[in-house]
Amino acid sequence: MANDPTHQFVVQPIIPMEIGGWDLSFTNASLFMVATVAAATGFLYFATASRSLIPGRMQSVAEMSYEFIAGMLREGAGTKGMVFFPFVFSLFMFVLTANLLGMFPYFFTVTSQIIVTFALAVLVIGTVIVYGFYKHGLHFLGIFAPQGVPKVLLPLVSSIEVISFLSRPISLSVRLFANMLAGHITLKVFAGFVTSMGALGAVGIGGAVLPLIMTVAMTGLEFLVSFLQAYVFAVLTCMYLNDAVHGGH
Amino acid sequence: MFVTPAYAQTAPAASETPAATVGEPHAAPAGELHTETGVPGDHGATGVFPPFDFATYPSQLVWLAITFGIFFLVMHKVIAPRLAAILGDRHDRIAADLSEAGRLKAEADAAVETYEKELAAARAKGAGIADAAREAAKTKAAADRAAIEEELASKLAAAEARIADIKAKAFANVGDIAEETAAGIVDQLIGAKTSGEEVKAAVAAVKTEA
Repeated sequence: MANDPTHQFVVQPIIPMEIGGWDLSFTNASLFMVATVAAATGFLYFATASRSLIPGRMQSVAEMSYEFIAGMLREGAGTKGMVFFPFVFSLFMFVLTANLLGMFPYFFTVTSQIIVTFALAVLVIGTVIVYGFYKHGLHFLGIFAPQGVPKVLLPLVSSIEVISFLSRPISLSVRLFANMLAGHITLKVFAGFVTSMGALGAVGIGGAVLPLIMTVAMTGLEFLVSFLQAYVFAVLTCMYLNDAVHGGH
Repeated sequence: MFVTPAYAQTAPAASETPAATVGEPHAAPAGELHTETGVPGDHGATGVFPPFDFATYPSQLVWLAITFGIFFLVMHKVIAPRLAAILGDRHDRIAADLSEAGRLKAEADAAVETYEKELAAARAKGAGIADAAREAAKTKAAADRAAIEEELASKLAAAEARIADIKAKAFANVGDIAEETAAGIVDQLIGAKTSGEEVKAAVAAVKTEA
Protein backbone atom coordinates (compact mmCIF):
# COMPACT_ATOMS: atom_id res chain seq x y z
CA MET A 1 0.00 0.00 0.00
CA ALA A 2 2.66 2.44 1.05
CA ASN A 3 4.72 1.99 -2.08
CA ASP A 4 2.05 1.75 -4.73
CA PRO A 5 2.06 5.16 -6.42
CA THR A 6 -1.40 4.65 -7.89
CA HIS A 7 -3.06 3.63 -4.66
CA GLN A 8 -3.75 7.26 -3.87
CA PHE A 9 -6.14 7.38 -6.83
CA VAL A 10 -8.26 4.42 -5.75
CA VAL A 11 -11.86 5.36 -5.18
CA GLN A 12 -13.14 3.65 -2.06
CA PRO A 13 -16.68 3.76 -0.82
CA ILE A 14 -17.37 5.29 2.56
CA ILE A 15 -21.16 5.03 2.56
CA PRO A 16 -22.16 2.37 0.04
CA MET A 17 -25.40 3.01 -1.80
CA GLU A 18 -26.93 1.64 -4.94
CA ILE A 19 -29.77 3.33 -6.79
CA GLY A 20 -31.46 1.73 -9.78
CA GLY A 21 -28.67 -0.72 -10.26
CA TRP A 22 -26.04 2.00 -10.25
CA ASP A 23 -23.34 2.12 -7.66
CA LEU A 24 -23.64 5.68 -6.36
CA SER A 25 -21.71 5.15 -3.14
CA PHE A 26 -20.46 8.12 -1.19
CA THR A 27 -16.75 7.53 -1.74
CA ASN A 28 -13.53 9.23 -0.73
CA ALA A 29 -13.81 11.05 -4.07
CA SER A 30 -17.27 12.28 -3.08
CA LEU A 31 -15.95 13.27 0.34
CA PHE A 32 -13.25 15.43 -1.21
CA MET A 33 -15.69 16.97 -3.67
CA VAL A 34 -17.76 17.98 -0.66
CA ALA A 35 -14.61 19.15 1.11
CA THR A 36 -13.58 21.18 -1.95
CA VAL A 37 -16.95 22.87 -2.15
CA ALA A 38 -17.07 23.42 1.59
CA ALA A 39 -13.55 24.87 1.72
CA ALA A 40 -14.01 27.16 -1.28
CA THR A 41 -17.49 28.29 -0.26
CA GLY A 42 -16.51 28.70 3.37
CA PHE A 43 -13.47 30.75 2.50
CA LEU A 44 -15.28 33.02 0.06
CA TYR A 45 -18.30 33.35 2.33
CA PHE A 46 -16.44 34.28 5.50
CA ALA A 47 -13.80 36.33 3.74
CA THR A 48 -16.49 38.58 2.31
CA ALA A 49 -18.86 38.46 5.29
CA SER A 50 -17.83 41.83 6.71
CA ARG A 51 -18.11 43.56 3.31
CA SER A 52 -15.45 46.02 4.42
CA LEU A 53 -14.78 49.07 2.35
CA ILE A 54 -11.12 48.60 3.18
CA PRO A 55 -10.54 44.87 2.76
CA GLY A 56 -8.60 42.70 5.16
CA ARG A 57 -6.23 39.99 3.96
CA MET A 58 -8.89 37.35 3.40
CA GLN A 59 -11.26 39.73 1.69
CA SER A 60 -8.39 40.94 -0.51
CA VAL A 61 -7.76 37.39 -1.66
CA ALA A 62 -11.45 36.89 -2.42
CA GLU A 63 -11.58 40.19 -4.30
CA MET A 64 -8.41 39.33 -6.19
CA SER A 65 -9.87 36.01 -7.31
CA TYR A 66 -13.01 37.83 -8.43
CA GLU A 67 -11.09 40.45 -10.38
CA PHE A 68 -8.72 37.84 -11.76
CA ILE A 69 -11.54 35.81 -13.29
CA ALA A 70 -13.54 38.89 -14.29
CA GLY A 71 -10.52 40.30 -16.13
CA MET A 72 -9.80 36.96 -17.75
CA LEU A 73 -13.39 36.57 -18.92
CA ARG A 74 -13.67 40.15 -20.18
CA GLU A 75 -10.45 39.72 -22.12
CA GLY A 76 -11.35 36.29 -23.47
CA ALA A 77 -15.05 36.64 -24.22
CA GLY A 78 -15.72 40.35 -24.08
CA THR A 79 -18.17 42.29 -21.94
CA LYS A 80 -21.07 40.20 -23.21
CA GLY A 81 -19.29 37.13 -21.90
CA MET A 82 -19.69 38.43 -18.33
CA VAL A 83 -22.98 36.52 -18.05
CA PHE A 84 -20.79 33.46 -17.64
CA PHE A 85 -18.89 34.94 -14.72
CA PRO A 86 -20.44 32.72 -12.01
CA PHE A 87 -19.80 29.66 -14.19
CA VAL A 88 -16.13 30.38 -14.91
CA PHE A 89 -15.57 31.55 -11.34
CA SER A 90 -17.08 28.32 -9.99
CA LEU A 91 -14.98 26.22 -12.35
CA PHE A 92 -11.78 28.01 -11.45
CA MET A 93 -12.38 27.96 -7.71
CA PHE A 94 -13.50 24.33 -7.77
CA VAL A 95 -10.51 23.11 -9.78
CA LEU A 96 -8.06 25.26 -7.83
CA THR A 97 -9.38 24.18 -4.44
CA ALA A 98 -9.50 20.53 -5.48
CA ASN A 99 -5.92 20.71 -6.77
CA LEU A 100 -4.66 22.42 -3.63
CA LEU A 101 -6.54 20.08 -1.28
CA GLY A 102 -4.93 17.20 -3.15
CA MET A 103 -1.53 18.52 -2.07
CA PHE A 104 -2.19 17.47 1.53
CA PRO A 105 -0.67 14.09 2.28
CA TYR A 106 -3.28 11.29 2.36
CA PHE A 107 -5.86 13.57 0.74
CA PHE A 108 -7.66 12.43 -2.36
CA THR A 109 -7.23 14.56 -5.48
CA VAL A 110 -10.61 15.01 -7.13
CA THR A 111 -9.09 16.39 -10.33
CA SER A 112 -6.84 13.37 -10.79
CA GLN A 113 -9.85 11.43 -12.02
CA ILE A 114 -10.35 11.63 -15.77
CA ILE A 115 -14.10 11.27 -15.39
CA VAL A 116 -14.25 14.40 -13.23
CA THR A 117 -12.14 16.56 -15.53
CA PHE A 118 -13.94 15.17 -18.56
CA ALA A 119 -17.31 15.95 -17.01
CA LEU A 120 -16.21 19.52 -16.33
CA ALA A 121 -14.86 19.87 -19.88
CA VAL A 122 -18.08 18.49 -21.36
CA LEU A 123 -19.98 20.93 -19.19
CA VAL A 124 -17.94 23.78 -20.70
CA ILE A 125 -18.33 22.61 -24.29
CA GLY A 126 -21.99 21.78 -23.68
CA THR A 127 -22.52 25.30 -22.39
CA VAL A 128 -20.77 26.70 -25.47
CA ILE A 129 -22.93 24.65 -27.83
CA VAL A 130 -26.24 25.27 -26.08
CA TYR A 131 -25.68 28.98 -25.55
CA GLY A 132 -24.21 29.36 -29.04
CA PHE A 133 -27.26 27.88 -30.75
CA TYR A 134 -29.62 29.68 -28.36
CA LYS A 135 -27.99 33.04 -29.08
CA HIS A 136 -27.14 32.74 -32.77
CA GLY A 137 -29.27 29.89 -34.08
CA LEU A 138 -27.72 28.20 -37.08
CA HIS A 139 -25.34 31.14 -37.52
CA PHE A 140 -23.42 29.60 -34.66
CA LEU A 141 -22.09 27.08 -37.20
CA GLY A 142 -20.22 30.03 -38.67
CA ILE A 143 -17.45 29.36 -36.17
CA PHE A 144 -16.49 26.46 -38.40
CA ALA A 145 -16.17 28.69 -41.47
CA PRO A 146 -13.59 31.39 -40.77
CA GLN A 147 -13.99 34.56 -42.82
CA GLY A 148 -11.61 35.28 -45.66
CA VAL A 149 -10.99 31.65 -46.51
CA PRO A 150 -11.13 30.84 -50.25
CA LYS A 151 -14.17 28.72 -51.19
CA VAL A 152 -11.95 25.96 -52.49
CA LEU A 153 -10.30 25.54 -49.12
CA LEU A 154 -13.52 25.93 -47.13
CA PRO A 155 -14.35 22.18 -46.83
CA LEU A 156 -10.84 21.41 -45.67
CA VAL A 157 -10.67 24.32 -43.23
CA SER A 158 -14.15 23.58 -41.90
CA SER A 159 -13.37 19.94 -41.28
CA ILE A 160 -10.21 20.95 -39.43
CA GLU A 161 -12.25 23.44 -37.39
CA VAL A 162 -14.80 20.75 -36.54
CA ILE A 163 -12.10 18.31 -35.46
CA SER A 164 -10.44 21.01 -33.39
CA PHE A 165 -13.77 21.85 -31.79
CA LEU A 166 -14.48 18.23 -30.98
CA SER A 167 -11.03 17.70 -29.53
CA ARG A 168 -11.47 20.59 -27.13
CA PRO A 169 -13.22 18.64 -24.37
CA ILE A 170 -10.60 15.93 -24.65
CA SER A 171 -7.61 18.26 -24.52
CA LEU A 172 -9.22 20.34 -21.79
CA SER A 173 -9.90 17.33 -19.58
CA VAL A 174 -6.77 15.32 -20.31
CA ARG A 175 -4.50 18.31 -19.67
CA LEU A 176 -5.81 18.82 -16.14
CA PHE A 177 -6.13 15.12 -15.38
CA ALA A 178 -2.68 14.18 -16.66
CA ASN A 179 -0.96 17.05 -14.89
CA MET A 180 -2.47 16.21 -11.54
CA LEU A 181 -2.00 12.49 -11.97
CA ALA A 182 1.59 12.69 -13.16
CA GLY A 183 2.55 15.17 -10.47
CA HIS A 184 1.14 13.05 -7.68
CA ILE A 185 2.66 9.85 -9.03
CA THR A 186 6.06 11.52 -9.37
CA LEU A 187 5.85 12.85 -5.83
CA LYS A 188 4.87 9.44 -4.54
CA VAL A 189 7.65 7.69 -6.43
CA PHE A 190 10.35 10.05 -5.20
CA ALA A 191 9.01 9.94 -1.66
CA GLY A 192 9.01 6.15 -1.96
CA PHE A 193 12.70 6.25 -2.88
CA VAL A 194 13.42 8.08 0.34
CA THR A 195 11.90 5.35 2.49
CA SER A 196 13.19 2.38 0.48
CA MET A 197 16.73 3.79 0.31
CA GLY A 198 16.61 4.75 3.97
CA ALA A 199 15.99 1.10 4.77
CA LEU A 200 19.35 0.13 3.23
CA GLY A 201 21.50 1.37 6.08
CA ALA A 202 23.92 4.26 6.39
CA VAL A 203 24.81 4.54 2.70
CA GLY A 204 21.17 4.38 1.77
CA ILE A 205 20.26 7.13 4.23
CA GLY A 206 22.99 9.30 2.73
CA GLY A 207 21.71 8.57 -0.76
CA ALA A 208 18.12 9.21 0.29
CA VAL A 209 18.95 12.88 0.67
CA LEU A 210 18.77 13.35 -3.08
CA PRO A 211 15.20 12.08 -3.58
CA LEU A 212 14.22 13.96 -0.43
CA ILE A 213 15.45 17.23 -1.92
CA MET A 214 13.70 16.25 -5.13
CA THR A 215 10.46 15.60 -3.24
CA VAL A 216 10.60 18.98 -1.55
CA ALA A 217 11.28 20.71 -4.85
CA MET A 218 8.53 18.73 -6.58
CA THR A 219 6.08 19.70 -3.86
CA GLY A 220 6.75 23.35 -4.61
CA LEU A 221 6.38 22.71 -8.31
CA GLU A 222 3.12 20.85 -7.73
CA PHE A 223 1.64 23.84 -5.91
CA LEU A 224 2.54 25.92 -8.96
CA VAL A 225 1.01 23.31 -11.25
CA SER A 226 -2.13 23.23 -9.11
CA PHE A 227 -2.65 26.92 -9.67
CA LEU A 228 -1.46 26.92 -13.25
CA GLN A 229 -3.79 24.13 -14.33
CA ALA A 230 -6.78 25.82 -12.72
CA TYR A 231 -5.76 29.02 -14.51
CA VAL A 232 -5.32 27.25 -17.85
CA PHE A 233 -8.67 25.54 -17.46
CA ALA A 234 -10.36 28.86 -16.76
CA VAL A 235 -8.57 30.71 -19.59
CA LEU A 236 -9.48 28.06 -22.14
CA THR A 237 -13.05 28.06 -20.87
CA CYS A 238 -13.15 31.82 -21.48
CA MET A 239 -11.80 31.40 -24.99
CA TYR A 240 -14.31 28.68 -25.82
CA LEU A 241 -17.14 30.76 -24.38
CA ASN A 242 -16.05 33.53 -26.71
CA ASP A 243 -17.33 31.37 -29.60
CA ALA A 244 -20.66 30.99 -27.86
CA VAL A 245 -20.98 34.71 -27.15
CA HIS A 246 -19.82 36.05 -30.49
CA GLY A 247 -20.70 33.16 -32.79
CA GLY A 248 -19.03 33.01 -36.14
CA HIS A 249 -18.56 36.76 -36.53
CA MET B 1 4.88 -3.66 -9.43
CA PHE B 2 4.37 -4.38 -5.79
CA VAL B 3 1.78 -6.63 -4.30
CA THR B 4 0.41 -4.23 -1.79
CA PRO B 5 0.02 -5.30 1.81
CA ALA B 6 -3.51 -3.96 1.68
CA TYR B 7 -4.28 -6.20 -1.24
CA ALA B 8 -2.52 -9.07 0.37
CA GLN B 9 -4.85 -8.69 3.31
CA THR B 10 -8.06 -7.98 1.48
CA ALA B 11 -7.72 -10.25 -1.50
CA PRO B 12 -8.06 -13.52 0.39
CA ALA B 13 -10.87 -12.05 2.43
CA ALA B 14 -12.65 -10.96 -0.72
CA SER B 15 -12.21 -14.32 -2.35
CA GLU B 16 -13.28 -16.17 0.73
CA THR B 17 -16.34 -14.12 1.52
CA PRO B 18 -18.09 -12.46 -1.40
CA ALA B 19 -20.14 -10.60 1.26
CA ALA B 20 -17.06 -8.49 1.81
CA THR B 21 -18.05 -6.65 -1.35
CA VAL B 22 -20.04 -4.39 0.93
CA GLY B 23 -16.75 -2.95 2.07
CA GLU B 24 -15.19 -3.18 -1.38
CA PRO B 25 -17.99 -3.04 -3.90
CA HIS B 26 -15.58 -2.52 -6.76
CA ALA B 27 -14.06 -5.83 -5.91
CA ALA B 28 -17.21 -7.44 -7.30
CA PRO B 29 -16.26 -7.05 -10.95
CA ALA B 30 -12.69 -7.56 -9.88
CA GLY B 31 -12.76 -11.22 -10.72
CA GLU B 32 -13.72 -10.52 -14.31
CA LEU B 33 -11.30 -7.67 -14.63
CA HIS B 34 -8.48 -9.72 -13.26
CA THR B 35 -8.94 -12.21 -16.00
CA GLU B 36 -9.18 -9.48 -18.58
CA THR B 37 -6.04 -7.68 -17.58
CA GLY B 38 -4.20 -10.77 -16.63
CA VAL B 39 -2.32 -8.89 -13.93
CA PRO B 40 -4.19 -9.73 -10.78
CA GLY B 41 -3.57 -7.52 -7.82
CA ASP B 42 -1.58 -5.09 -9.88
CA HIS B 43 -3.44 -1.99 -8.84
CA GLY B 44 -5.66 -1.60 -5.85
CA ALA B 45 -8.54 -3.97 -5.54
CA THR B 46 -9.94 -3.91 -9.06
CA GLY B 47 -6.88 -4.59 -11.10
CA VAL B 48 -7.26 -1.56 -13.34
CA PHE B 49 -5.54 1.75 -13.15
CA PRO B 50 -7.81 3.53 -10.65
CA PRO B 51 -8.76 6.58 -12.77
CA PHE B 52 -9.87 4.21 -15.55
CA ASP B 53 -12.00 2.11 -13.25
CA PHE B 54 -15.36 2.57 -14.93
CA ALA B 55 -17.19 1.15 -11.95
CA THR B 56 -16.47 4.34 -10.02
CA TYR B 57 -17.73 6.66 -12.78
CA PRO B 58 -21.46 6.76 -11.96
CA SER B 59 -20.76 7.60 -8.34
CA GLN B 60 -18.17 10.24 -9.25
CA LEU B 61 -20.44 11.82 -11.87
CA VAL B 62 -23.43 11.96 -9.56
CA TRP B 63 -21.47 13.41 -6.66
CA LEU B 64 -19.68 15.85 -8.94
CA ALA B 65 -23.04 16.98 -10.28
CA ILE B 66 -24.39 17.42 -6.74
CA THR B 67 -21.35 19.17 -5.27
CA PHE B 68 -20.50 21.32 -8.29
CA GLY B 69 -24.16 22.15 -8.78
CA ILE B 70 -24.44 23.38 -5.19
CA PHE B 71 -21.14 25.21 -5.53
CA PHE B 72 -22.28 26.93 -8.73
CA LEU B 73 -25.56 27.97 -7.14
CA VAL B 74 -23.82 29.40 -4.09
CA MET B 75 -21.32 31.27 -6.28
CA HIS B 76 -24.09 32.50 -8.57
CA LYS B 77 -26.56 33.57 -5.89
CA VAL B 78 -24.37 34.61 -2.96
CA ILE B 79 -20.66 35.01 -3.53
CA ALA B 80 -20.47 36.63 -6.97
CA PRO B 81 -23.18 39.24 -6.24
CA ARG B 82 -21.61 39.95 -2.87
CA LEU B 83 -18.14 40.45 -4.32
CA ALA B 84 -19.57 42.52 -7.14
CA ALA B 85 -21.41 44.65 -4.55
CA ILE B 86 -18.26 45.11 -2.45
CA LEU B 87 -16.19 46.15 -5.46
CA GLY B 88 -19.01 48.25 -6.88
CA ASP B 89 -19.50 50.02 -3.56
CA ARG B 90 -15.82 50.78 -3.35
CA HIS B 91 -15.79 52.02 -6.92
CA ASP B 92 -18.82 54.23 -6.22
CA ARG B 93 -17.33 55.43 -2.98
CA ILE B 94 -14.09 56.40 -4.67
CA ALA B 95 -15.97 58.15 -7.46
CA ALA B 96 -18.14 59.94 -4.89
CA ASP B 97 -15.09 60.95 -2.88
CA LEU B 98 -13.41 62.25 -6.00
CA SER B 99 -16.42 64.30 -7.00
CA GLU B 100 -16.71 65.56 -3.40
CA ALA B 101 -13.05 66.55 -3.54
CA GLY B 102 -13.70 68.33 -6.85
CA ARG B 103 -16.67 70.14 -5.33
CA LEU B 104 -14.62 71.21 -2.29
CA LYS B 105 -11.84 72.41 -4.57
CA ALA B 106 -14.30 74.48 -6.57
CA GLU B 107 -15.63 75.86 -3.30
CA ALA B 108 -12.14 76.73 -2.14
CA ASP B 109 -11.41 78.38 -5.48
CA ALA B 110 -14.59 80.41 -5.17
CA ALA B 111 -13.64 81.41 -1.63
CA VAL B 112 -10.21 82.52 -2.81
CA GLU B 113 -11.81 84.51 -5.61
CA THR B 114 -14.24 86.17 -3.18
CA TYR B 115 -11.40 86.92 -0.81
CA GLU B 116 -9.37 88.50 -3.56
CA LYS B 117 -12.36 90.50 -4.72
CA GLU B 118 -12.97 91.73 -1.18
CA LEU B 119 -9.32 92.49 -0.76
CA ALA B 120 -9.34 94.57 -3.92
CA ALA B 121 -12.51 96.33 -2.78
CA ALA B 122 -10.97 97.05 0.63
CA ARG B 123 -7.85 98.37 -1.05
CA ALA B 124 -9.91 100.62 -3.27
CA LYS B 125 -11.91 101.77 -0.26
CA GLY B 126 -8.71 102.45 1.69
CA ALA B 127 -7.31 104.42 -1.19
CA GLY B 128 -10.59 106.38 -1.35
CA ILE B 129 -10.45 107.18 2.33
CA ALA B 130 -6.84 108.30 2.02
CA ASP B 131 -7.73 110.48 -0.96
CA ALA B 132 -10.65 112.01 0.90
CA ALA B 133 -8.48 112.64 3.95
CA ARG B 134 -5.82 114.21 1.80
CA GLU B 135 -8.43 116.32 0.05
CA ALA B 136 -9.97 117.38 3.35
CA ALA B 137 -6.56 118.23 4.77
CA LYS B 138 -5.78 120.21 1.67
CA THR B 139 -9.00 122.20 1.76
CA LYS B 140 -8.59 122.79 5.49
CA ALA B 141 -5.06 123.99 4.97
CA ALA B 142 -6.21 126.24 2.19
CA ALA B 143 -9.00 127.60 4.35
CA ASP B 144 -6.63 128.16 7.27
CA ARG B 145 -4.20 129.90 5.02
CA ALA B 146 -6.94 132.07 3.60
CA ALA B 147 -8.13 132.94 7.09
CA ILE B 148 -4.65 133.74 8.26
CA GLU B 149 -3.98 135.75 5.13
CA GLU B 150 -7.21 137.67 5.67
CA GLU B 151 -6.30 138.34 9.28
CA LEU B 152 -2.87 139.41 8.27
CA ALA B 153 -4.36 141.62 5.59
CA SER B 154 -6.74 143.23 8.08
CA LYS B 155 -3.93 143.73 10.55
CA LEU B 156 -1.84 145.20 7.79
CA ALA B 157 -4.69 147.48 6.82
CA ALA B 158 -5.12 148.53 10.46
CA ALA B 159 -1.42 149.16 10.74
CA GLU B 160 -1.44 151.18 7.56
CA ALA B 161 -4.41 153.18 8.85
CA ARG B 162 -2.60 153.84 12.09
CA ILE B 163 0.52 154.84 10.20
CA ALA B 164 -1.57 157.17 8.06
CA ASP B 165 -3.25 158.53 11.14
CA ILE B 166 0.08 159.06 12.84
CA LYS B 167 1.41 160.60 9.68
CA ALA B 168 -1.58 162.90 9.45
CA LYS B 169 -1.20 163.86 13.10
CA ALA B 170 2.47 164.36 12.52
CA PHE B 171 1.67 166.56 9.58
CA ALA B 172 -0.78 168.46 11.67
CA ASN B 173 1.88 169.02 14.33
CA VAL B 174 4.23 170.01 11.54
CA GLY B 175 1.87 173.02 10.88
CA ASP B 176 2.04 174.15 14.47
CA ILE B 177 5.80 173.75 14.64
CA ALA B 178 6.16 175.49 11.29
CA GLU B 179 3.96 178.33 12.51
CA GLU B 180 6.00 178.71 15.67
CA THR B 181 9.22 178.36 13.80
CA ALA B 182 8.07 180.73 11.08
CA ALA B 183 6.93 183.24 13.69
CA GLY B 184 10.26 182.88 15.48
CA ILE B 185 12.21 183.24 12.25
CA VAL B 186 10.15 186.25 11.20
CA ASP B 187 10.60 187.76 14.65
CA GLN B 188 14.34 187.28 14.46
CA LEU B 189 14.62 188.56 10.96
CA ILE B 190 12.49 191.50 10.97
CA GLY B 191 11.71 191.99 14.57
CA ALA B 192 8.10 192.41 13.85
CA LYS B 193 5.50 190.65 15.74
CA THR B 194 3.38 188.59 13.46
CA SER B 195 -0.10 187.68 14.21
CA GLY B 196 -0.88 184.08 14.53
CA GLU B 197 -3.41 184.23 11.74
CA GLU B 198 -0.93 185.46 9.16
CA VAL B 199 1.63 182.91 9.97
CA LYS B 200 -1.02 180.22 9.97
CA ALA B 201 -2.22 181.24 6.54
CA ALA B 202 1.30 181.40 5.22
CA VAL B 203 2.18 178.00 6.53
CA ALA B 204 -1.04 176.58 5.16
CA ALA B 205 -0.20 178.15 1.80
CA VAL B 206 3.23 176.57 1.86
CA LYS B 207 1.78 173.29 2.92
CA THR B 208 -0.71 173.23 0.10
CA GLU B 209 2.06 174.17 -2.31
CA ALA B 210 4.13 171.34 -1.00
